[in-house]
Order: sequence, then structure tokens, then C-alpha cells
Amino acid sequence: MPAAPKRITLDDLEAFAIGAWILGTGGGGDPYFSLLEARQHWGAGKSVELIDPLSLGDDDAICCIGQMGAPIAMQEKMVDGPLISRTITMMEEHIGKKFKAIMMWEVGGNNGFQPFLAGAILGLPVVDCDAMGRAFPQADMTTFAIRDLPAYPWTMIDIRNNSVIITSAVDWSWMERMTRKVCTVWGSLAATCKAPRNGREVKESSCLNTATKAIRIGRTVQAARRAHTDPIEAVVKSEHGLLVFRGKVTDVMRRATEGWLRGTVVIEGLDGNRGQTFRVDFQNEWSVGWQDDEVRVTVPDLICIMDTVSGEAVGTETVRYGQRVTVIALPAPAILMSPKGLKHVGPRAFGYDLDFKSIFPESVR
Amino acid sequence: MIRLGIDVGGTNTDAVLVDDTKVLHAVKTATTQDVGDGIVTVLGRLVKESAVDPGRIDAVMIGTTHFTNAVVQRRHVAKIAAVRVGLPAAATLPPFVDWPADLRTLSQGPTFMIHGGHEVDGLPLAPFDRAAMKDAAKKIRDAGVEAVGICAVFSPLTYAAEQEAAEILEATIPGISITQSHELGRIGLLARENVTLLNAALVGLARRTAEGFVRALAESGIKAPLYITQNDGTVSLADQAARFPVHCFASGPTNSLRGAAYLSGLKDAMVVDVGGTTSDVGCLRHGFPREANNNVEVGGVRTAFRMPDLLSIGLGGGTLVDPKDPAKIGPVSVGYQLTERGLVFGGAELTCTDIAVAAGLIDLGDRGRVARLDKGFVAAALDRCHAMLAESVDRMKTEAGDVPLIAVGGGCFLVPATMEGVSEVVHVPHQGVANAVGAAIAQVSGEVDQVFQGLKREEALERARKLAAERAVRAGASRVSLAVVEQEDIPLSYLPGNSLRVRVRVVGDIASIEVAGRL
Repeated sequence: MPAAPKRITLDDLEAFAIGAWILGTGGGGDPYFSLLEARQHWGAGKSVELIDPLSLGDDDAICCIGQMGAPIAMQEKMVDGPLISRTITMMEEHIGKKFKAIMMWEVGGNNGFQPFLAGAILGLPVVDCDAMGRAFPQADMTTFAIRDLPAYPWTMIDIRNNSVIITSAVDWSWMERMTRKVCTVWGSLAATCKAPRNGREVKESSCLNTATKAIRIGRTVQAARRAHTDPIEAVVKSEHGLLVFRGKVTDVMRRATEGWLRGTVVIEGLDGNRGQTFRVDFQNEWSVGWQDDEVRVTVPDLICIMDTVSGEAVGTETVRYGQRVTVIALPAPAILMSPKGLKHVGPRAFGYDLDFKSIFPESVR
Repeated sequence: MIRLGIDVGGTNTDAVLVDDTKVLHAVKTATTQDVGDGIVTVLGRLVKESAVDPGRIDAVMIGTTHFTNAVVQRRHVAKIAAVRVGLPAAATLPPFVDWPADLRTLSQGPTFMIHGGHEVDGLPLAPFDRAAMKDAAKKIRDAGVEAVGICAVFSPLTYAAEQEAAEILEATIPGISITQSHELGRIGLLARENVTLLNAALVGLARRTAEGFVRALAESGIKAPLYITQNDGTVSLADQAARFPVHCFASGPTNSLRGAAYLSGLKDAMVVDVGGTTSDVGCLRHGFPREANNNVEVGGVRTAFRMPDLLSIGLGGGTLVDPKDPAKIGPVSVGYQLTERGLVFGGAELTCTDIAVAAGLIDLGDRGRVARLDKGFVAAALDRCHAMLAESVDRMKTEAGDVPLIAVGGGCFLVPATMEGVSEVVHVPHQGVANAVGAAIAQVSGEVDQVFQGLKREEALERARKLAAERAVRAGASRVSLAVVEQEDIPLSYLPGNSLRVRVRVVGDIASIEVAGRL
């Protein structure tokens, strides 16, 4: 039985911001700007309904939206609900069909917020699912790419009202390469509406109930803070995660290769990890973690680094020398761990000569 | 070189004379309604007691919490105009969008969003709308506000749009006070704009305060140049500081950390400053306070200030102890009324100072008045104080090994002699006026936070270091003393041309007097 639609409150979104930032696994951007805009929409009496993907009809038209570009551009130009909404109406005009609902492209960070802004503006419900179950750096790292669903059409727009419709692409990696170029020309930020999906595709090929999951994680953090208990341990417990490592950041090395932010963070152990060292690589999001030179955790398992004191998620662009952090792992959606899934989002897709071995025992997954 | 350090706090105004190697003399007095009067008083005593000729003083450094208090207490904050140049970007989040309602009501005057600004690669985001800016300038003139804050998209990389807006404002309203965001903040529009608007709202107060300082010095016969201490443990010349009061927000705790470093000779250590109401724990790295990196709120406004990473707890000399339960300490304090309300001073309240007197740690007031306190109770209360401080120190520690802990402030007798994870608890002479000492020994700095494109990493770092050094010299540093204290580089994802965001901070000692400017 599909769950009944749920009216999303501003209170839900405050929790969503916390949870989505954690599910961003270091990427996806700070949800603060979107939260500010949401406060305006909700303050003006607007809101959205969150609907269960299983309630969709097989032929319902669903759009997938998100921002693409450099976090630095978002820090200055911020995000804009009206703009992302226009990518949706552009797509509706292009395909000659009205959308029934909006879904998140990636639940992680600021991007998870986009359907809630557009939904409030356009009066459309948001489907409780996304195409990553976390955040990843590329369009070809999605459940829809894993299932080989068509990568086109695609609409994108910038703040000046420059727009592009890509009517076809051979595959997801070509779509990624083409759109990345356009995005860079526009000042490294673009609002995008990805290839539309029908209800059946969404039900079969997305990560289900991820908005609910983000809200739940946010509520766990809020409750722990109110009770003055450790929010990180609370998240680990409620999400069946693992506390991987606790320590202080002693080195941050960031470098640009192949157009991505890549680098390594070194964490010296504290408490139970005293005397041990944890090293984690990233490509926009945290990708592989080694403890004392042994591989401990890799994508697609969710590697989340949190500020030990505040319990807030830490981004790959903001992690700093001397910061006290806790590394936790959360289980990945099953589709990402399938043999086909691992081709798209496993360690080898990130350039590591490593086989994926989940940090979680089989029984937990 | 003799320097005069002054700390104008909420309760006390302290002054110290420091020569190149030692503290010559220190005086503590009460802060007054007109801060200048308190300075005249403290300087009168200092000159008389130390017998130092005021004409021999080479530089004066003043630290003050005046501007932070203005924002926190919502007093003396001016109504200002705001101009953002950046449409069509960010239209949904206008200036003041995340300010607390009461502060916004107090400070928000005419607010405008204009087309213009730049992209991350330096290209124009949109053509600058001169007509709209001219219209805004007229409306700002008609509103009669005394200050304007201007913020353009990506101005830390390309600030032409802010300058163009400022020129139109100056032409329309000659003499109006203008704060441009690129002079103040880093990338991150909302936080930079908030800082710019806060600054504009405080510029008038800062100018009047600085004038009060200058008048007080003149009345005391001191002709040395005046510097104001900043958040990062460095100073700027008073005229520069009066233009950027937001840079002085955290100078109080910063000065006590720096003073602790100077008095102890330690460059890497933890510091605990135990006052009357709170204990602040910070960390020294290379002689400077470790900065907090997260978004810092001032009076409820989200900013991106350089501030010391500080942990404050409600424990000080005036903190109340529950007479029935020695584990219940604080957070309420009798504050500046300690000498009336504390037991040893003839009052009726049991404070941490009374516990310390009963335990024989200090000799203050009438010891007989705490003689009847149960020894076990006194020991338990003291244990609780020690545990509270130890927990704070542990939370702030970033070194795995044992580090020294410097105890400063009037209530430092509450700091235990030993602590887990601490190699040594260091007590030093003049520890009670560490903040004035910190002001006296402050340095000047220059900072760069910029994106470099098409350069090798080493070339970009070298260019940033040179720029920062030039800025430090322009701020009054002597070239021979310059040292890089911070260097951070971040390659930017998605951007073309090997883009590198470089942040460098260079500090140096204050140059000789003839180089330095005057207010």
C-alpha cells in the first residue's frame, strides 16, 4: 500500500536541510540558501505535498531537477527557485506534456532542496525519491544511468535566461560532458531539468523514500541536540550506520585534476582511535577511506564526515586543518551495489584499482 | 620602543606600558559611560605611578568590545541604505534577508538591487545599470541616512561594479559614508553583505569612539600614533579601524590570548581566561589565536568573520555556588557586584571566589566569614570547578600530546595546578591584565583571498604572498619583520585554467612612527 501524501511543513524542511547535508557525503552544497528561500514561500502560505513513488501511475510524467556547477558560483549567485522552475516549464513545452510531480536528482546537500522550491512555486507535489540516494559528482553516476534509461532530453538555463535544450545524447557520459561545457560558459552554475521519467521508471529505478530519510536524519540530530547527547551517535544508531573513526584533521590536500576537486584528508585518531590514522580521498564527495593504510570504506557506501562538536556535516570544500571530526558510514541503496551499479559508482568508476567490499556485513544490507 | 596597551572592556579599563622586553607598569580601573573619561583616568594613574614621560610612548594600541556590544545590545546602531549589484542573480534573497527582526527594524533603510556584478571568471554578469544606480542614489539622499553598504556579486575577485556604484553615490551625496564589500569579506555573498551592512551601521559609532580615544590621549599628553586592535591579534591605524569597526568585534578575547602568549613566552599553548562571569578557552598557534572556520553569528547576524575559536562557559570568580549542592555551579554570576555580594566581602552569596578563599587558594576579603564552610563541601565545589575547566580545555584541544595551559584573567585561581592532557599549568605576572598586554604587543597584517588562474601553484602562492606583504606594509608593518602565518590553497572544481583559490596572511611588527599615519 502506498503511503498517503504528506504536507511538508517548514519544520520538516529545517530537518531536511540537516539530513540532506549529511547524505551529501561531503558534496551537494550547503542547503542554507534554499532553506532561506523556502522560509519565504512557506511564510507566504505556500507548501508542497510529498507523495509516495509507489502511488504513481505507470504513465505519470515526472521531472528530475537539480543545480549543476561549481559550489563557489553558488556561494555568490546563490540559488533561485523561480529559475529552476523555468527549466520544468521549458521541458513541458518541449515534450508537449504536463508533469504530474517533481523528483530530486540527488538528495544530497542543497540539490535535494530544489524540488521543494519549484514545487511550492509551480504547485506541484514532490516525489519521495531521488536518482542517487546520496550525492555523486557526475550525471552518469545515477540509478537511471545504471538502468540504461535514456539520458535525454535535457533543459538547462542560466540567470540571464540563456537556455539550451539537448534533444539527444548517445549516453549519460556524453550528456555529462556536453552540459558541463555549457555550464562553465554560463559562469559555472546552471539550473537543469534532466531527462523526464514515467511513473514506472521512477518506481523501478530510483532510490525510494530518500526525502523522508533526510527529514528523519535531521530530526534525529535535532532531538539529540535538545537532549545534549551526541547527535552523531544518534544518527549512526537510527540509520544502522557505523562509527568509523574519530579524530582531528592534520592535513588537507586539495588539487584540481580532470576538472574535479580531488584530494586527501588525513585524520589523526582520538579517543578509541588514538595512535591510528585515517586517510580519506575525495572527488567532490568522499570516495575511499583507509585506516592505517588498509582500505576501510569505499563508494558507494556513504562516507560522511561530521564536526564532532556540532554534529554538522562537513563539506569537501570546507573541511579544515585542526577540525575535530567523526567519520561515519551509512548503508548505500542496494541498486548502487549491484554489479551494474558498481560499474557506474564503485571504486573503479572513481579511478581506484579496488574491488568494492562494503563496510557493512551482508546481514545488515 | 615603549608601547601603551589599553583594554576598554564592559567592566574594566586596563592600561599597561610595555617596552621591548617587559611590562613596565599596569593599572586597572572601572570603565566609564564616556569611554574617553575612563581612559584619561587610567592614563593619569599610569603616568603618575610609572613615572614614564608620556612623550616617550611610541605607539598606543587600544582594544575594545564597544562595537560588538553595540550590535548585541542593539544600541548606537545606525539606520543605513543597502545596495546590492548582482541582478539578475539572487533576486529571491534580498539584503538583510537573514537578520533578526529587531536589528533589521533598527538598521534597514532604503534597500536596492541593481543589475551588474561579475562572474567567477571576471566576465560581467550583466551590464551595470547606471540609470537605476543614479535613481537609487537620489532616493538614498532623500532618505537622509548617514551610511551605505555596497555589495556586488564576486567583488572579492572583480570589484569594478562596487566602485562604480560608490562613485555615483559620492557624486550624488558628497561626504556620505560608504562601505564596499570587497574591502571586508571573502567569497560568499550573503555573509559578506551582512558584514558590509553591519559595518555601515557602526561606522558612525566607530568614528565618534575613535575621536574620543584621540581626545583622551591628547588630554594625557600622548602624541604617539593610535592603533586599534582587531579580531586576528593585529592592529590597524585608528583611521583605518574607524572605517572597519567589524574587524574589531572579537578583539577582547584575542588580546587576552595574545597577552598570554607574550607574558608566558609560549607560542603554542592552550589559554584559559577566567573572568568574573565566564571562562574563555582558546588555543594559540604560532603565537596567534586559532581561528574559528565556521559561520560566526554576531548579535544573530550570520557573518564570515575572522574570529578566535573560543569556548565560553559560565564559570568565573563571581559565579554562584549552590550552598546545598557543591556540584551545582553557575551559570549565574554576581559579576561586577562581587565585592558587595560575595561572602568574604560581607555579602550573603556563596561564590567561586569564596570557595577559593576557604580552600586557601587566595587571600581576599574577610577569610573568617567562610571559615564555617564544610571542608568536604569546599573540596567538592572546587573539584567541580576544576572538572568544568578541564572539560572545556579538552574540548578545545587539537594536539594529541600534552600541551601547556596558560591561566589568565582575574579569576585564574580557579584553574587547577594539574590537568589531564596538559603538560603544565602556567601562571605569569600581570596575568590579570593580559588583554591590555595583548593590545600593547599587537602586530599588523595583510591578507589575500583570491582566485588565480593560469598559473603554476608555486607562482600563484608567490604572487599571493607578495600581495599580502604589500597590504601589510600599507597597513603599517615594517618590511623586515614580515612573516607568513597562514597559507592555504584550494584548486576550484569545474573551473577552467587551473584555478586556485589562495588565502595568505602576512604579519609584521609596526614600523617606526614616521611611517605610520595619524587619525
